[in-house]
Amino acid sequence: MPQPLIDIRKLTVDFDTGRRIVRALHGVDLAVQPGEAVGLVGESGSGKSVTWLAALGLLGSRARLGGQVLFEGRNLVGSAVAELEAVRGACIAMIFQDPSSSLDPVYRIGKQLGEALQLHRGMAGTAALAEAARLLDRVGIADARRRLGDYPHELSGGMNQRVMIAMALAAEPQMLVADEPTTALDATIQAQILELLQEIRRDTGMALVLISHDLGVVAENTDRVCVMYAGRIVEDAPIGTIFAEPAHPYTRGLLSALPELTGPRRRLVAIPGVVPEPWNLPRGCSFAPRCAAFEAACEAAAPASVEVAQGHWAACIRAGGRNL
Amino acid sequence: MNAPLDAPLVQAENLVRHYRVRRGGRLFGEHATLRAVDGVSFALQAGRTLGLVGESGCGKTTTARLVLGLLTLTAGTIRVDGEILPGAGTARWRSLRQVMQMVFQDPLAALDRRVAVGRQVMEPLAIHGIANAGERRERALAILHSVGLQAHHFDRYPHELSGGQRQRVVLARALILSPRLLVCDEPISALDVSIQAQVVNLLLDLQAERGLAYLFISHDLRMVRQVSHEVAVMYLGRIVEQGDPDLLFAAPAHPYTQALVSAIPVATERGRKRLILKGDPPNPVSVPPGCAFHTRCPMAVARCRAETPALRLLDDGRRVACHLAPGMADA
Amino acid sequence: MMRYLAGRLLRAMLTIFLVVTFAFFVLRLSGDPALLIMSVDAPPESIAAFRQSWGLDQPVWVQYLAYIGHALTGDLGNSMRDGRPAIQLVVERIPATLAITVPAFLLKIAIGVPAGIYAALHRNSLADRLTMVLSVAGFTMPSFVLALLLVLLFAVRLGWLPSSGADGIAYAILPIVTLGAAGAAILARFTRSAMLEVLGQPFIRAASAKGLPWRRVVAEHALPNAAIPTTTIIGFMVGTLIAGAVVVESVFAWPGVGRLLVVAVANRDLAVVQAILLLVAATMVSANIAVDLLYGWIDPRMRQVPR
Repeated sequence: MPQPLIDIRKLTVDFDTGRRIVRALHGVDLAVQPGEAVGLVGESGSGKSVTWLAALGLLGSRARLGGQVLFEGRNLVGSAVAELEAVRGACIAMIFQDPSSSLDPVYRIGKQLGEALQLHRGMAGTAALAEAARLLDRVGIADARRRLGDYPHELSGGMNQRVMIAMALAAEPQMLVADEPTTALDATIQAQILELLQEIRRDTGMALVLISHDLGVVAENTDRVCVMYAGRIVEDAPIGTIFAEPAHPYTRGLLSALPELTGPRRRLVAIPGVVPEPWNLPRGCSFAPRCAAFEAACEAAAPASVEVAQGHWAACIRAGGRNL
Repeated sequence: MNAPLDAPLVQAENLVRHYRVRRGGRLFGEHATLRAVDGVSFALQAGRTLGLVGESGCGKTTTARLVLGLLTLTAGTIRVDGEILPGAGTARWRSLRQVMQMVFQDPLAALDRRVAVGRQVMEPLAIHGIANAGERRERALAILHSVGLQAHHFDRYPHELSGGQRQRVVLARALILSPRLLVCDEPISALDVSIQAQVVNLLLDLQAERGLAYLFISHDLRMVRQVSHEVAVMYLGRIVEQGDPDLLFAAPAHPYTQALVSAIPVATERGRKRLILKGDPPNPVSVPPGCAFHTRCPMAVARCRAETPALRLLDDGRRVACHLAPGMADA
Repeated sequence: MMRYLAGRLLRAMLTIFLVVTFAFFVLRLSGDPALLIMSVDAPPESIAAFRQSWGLDQPVWVQYLAYIGHALTGDLGNSMRDGRPAIQLVVERIPATLAITVPAFLLKIAIGVPAGIYAALHRNSLADRLTMVLSVAGFTMPSFVLALLLVLLFAVRLGWLPSSGADGIAYAILPIVTLGAAGAAILARFTRSAMLEVLGQPFIRAASAKGLPWRRVVAEHALPNAAIPTTTIIGFMVGTLIAGAVVVESVFAWPGVGRLLVVAVANRDLAVVQAILLLVAATMVSANIAVDLLYGWIDPRMRQVPR
């Protein structure tokens, strides 16, 4: 196994809400290899965004982190602010769900791109302008020079997401974390953006972490998927395997809750109940109360992740049994 | 009221809704016309579901609001049970509104945070002066039960419920007047994936039990197919393709529908060839002449720029507004 | 653009006109200047003569038309007290008022804005809570109470500063501090909430994710965005420079426009009161227009999109 680009080990996040401490992440283990594309799937509050915001130290002062985030041999958890700032953008770039509000409304696109270029590549003046135009052109924005003079509100959501991607590319990072990059966009625009991300990955060999609530988006664009539930990764498997042989009941539930676009219509099999609140998690396995395969032992302890097959991990007490 | 038995519950003919706007900003610039809905027709039978799909700004929500009489028509007619929908605010409209209810995307915004959900479910009965207090409570409890909530939910407040439960409350409130049409505007988009299936199944069960008709608006083609008997694809205020969802999504005839279908990420078919459209949809203030889609259409020819295609019937029963759709060439 | 400005000016003029009209009628319906200015036991003939010479014997609407007619030519009438043109009396007082309102205005900004920014950046810290407590105290306390407290402390007890009058810079200090404190409190609270709003925006997190040091995120992204609403409030404060010191001037016997107004109202010196109100309305309205234009200049979203 090659050295992973980033290795997250037993990462925990606790939020201090003022009244109580709420644990949002319960020990996440996740390693991304150089150039790999990993999908992170889960429902709202499952911790998929928090994992990466925590890794980059972007959660603010109310979050307390535990565990390790190893990047190039250093542990980013608890490291100095300056050290984190040197990693952000430069080594690991991040783009977000709502592109239009992720850009500063008072500056022109060119200035915001220039800021990234100055920061990471020490460029300024006409050189920065030319490079900014080249980046915009790279992400498929026509008439790039003119667009540099536009403000974010003058561009569509899809265009703004392209600008965000261009900005992420400014430092030529080793990895891009895309947090629901297309959720706020229309279907045909989503397709454009995902295509662009694929193309950039082909050209640069950059690793990609794609966070999404949509299994389909992740399936088409990544090699491996981690399914998160209530602050834990419950299954981690190659894309093909997760659809063919899902090992965790939650993953199976998600798959059968999705309708198909073609073929015979069948009644959806809904997962009963609701996603538990992070401050009110059930005992043992967090999914136990909604699980079709529930048994008494599920309540004993949160199940450890076991390797079901080569490169296929699942955190379910029944998952291991299949191969034992 | 003497409509024939097979008359549709809702018949929309050539609905048009235009807005006067100022071009280029809030203060200056000349007036222009925003064509939110520009000639939409459909018929919806009792007990059936019409799915409306399209991207933001295509006019699907405006269409829904027109059907309910919440917006006035610039042109066209809506008939409910054969009767032309009277103007909003009139007594007749109010009584027809009992027949037609709406469910929105965000259940939290649709509910009053300070009022227990049971009271909110009973409220439409009070507004229309139906039943006495005791009976209203009985009915509310019964309807809460039928949307999968329990009696103890009656006294809860919206913030004490999950997203899915709130949407059930909204449904219960819409259903308590025993409507015949439910207009659902993105009813599951705000819900988590595992909850969406619960609500979709509930909608289907309610339709089977009560013979409800749904006007179901969503951007999620898979969910639309799951619930719809017929589907209409909208682009810039017009229907571009309409018909049986199984047919339409399996073999879309209009290039726009093809692009929409192709844009859906499919887990099982990696590396398939995609039809990816260029650019953003045009602003509905400046709808391109001819076929409005020609600016993004990979197949557009000269005729598309000049001549607006009408919706025409294909052999398999669907309607398509495209000069180049199969079976259209000699039309 | 010209059309917009023309419309805006027209509305401004209408506002001023309404203020003047309202003041005119209220003043005439609420007391008889002749009885106030002449001594109460003056012979009825001289009261009648006074009324006649000031036109007070005419029907109110005739007086009103005459007043508007003169006002349009720039004549706002004469003071009934000393017969000089009212506008001249008022203009003479403006420098004194500005001598305390302008320093107070600078004080508000110098204290309020940094305090608000600091509180927002250290939300829920001790400093934040202290700032907010002081801020609430500052703008809930009536200015005359604060003025009296300051006088008690610095003039009576410590004897460092004079308690009233206008005989030099030392006399201006307490009025300036009194005025500045309340404004600073409002501005601190406003700046803080504007900053907190901006700090919660996605583009702040995105800027951090870009690798920008926090100091630069604050300076280059948070501050310029928070400046938009804050500038608006500061612009409105400019509108109060002329007449925002009525109470403070009265308490400290500071010979400015505010004190003139109080005296003129008490005496029913009609022309003077009206001249002051006209001036106040005009400054407020101009400040409003200036803020609107400024807003369009500092917020690109408000600007025209030439497409």
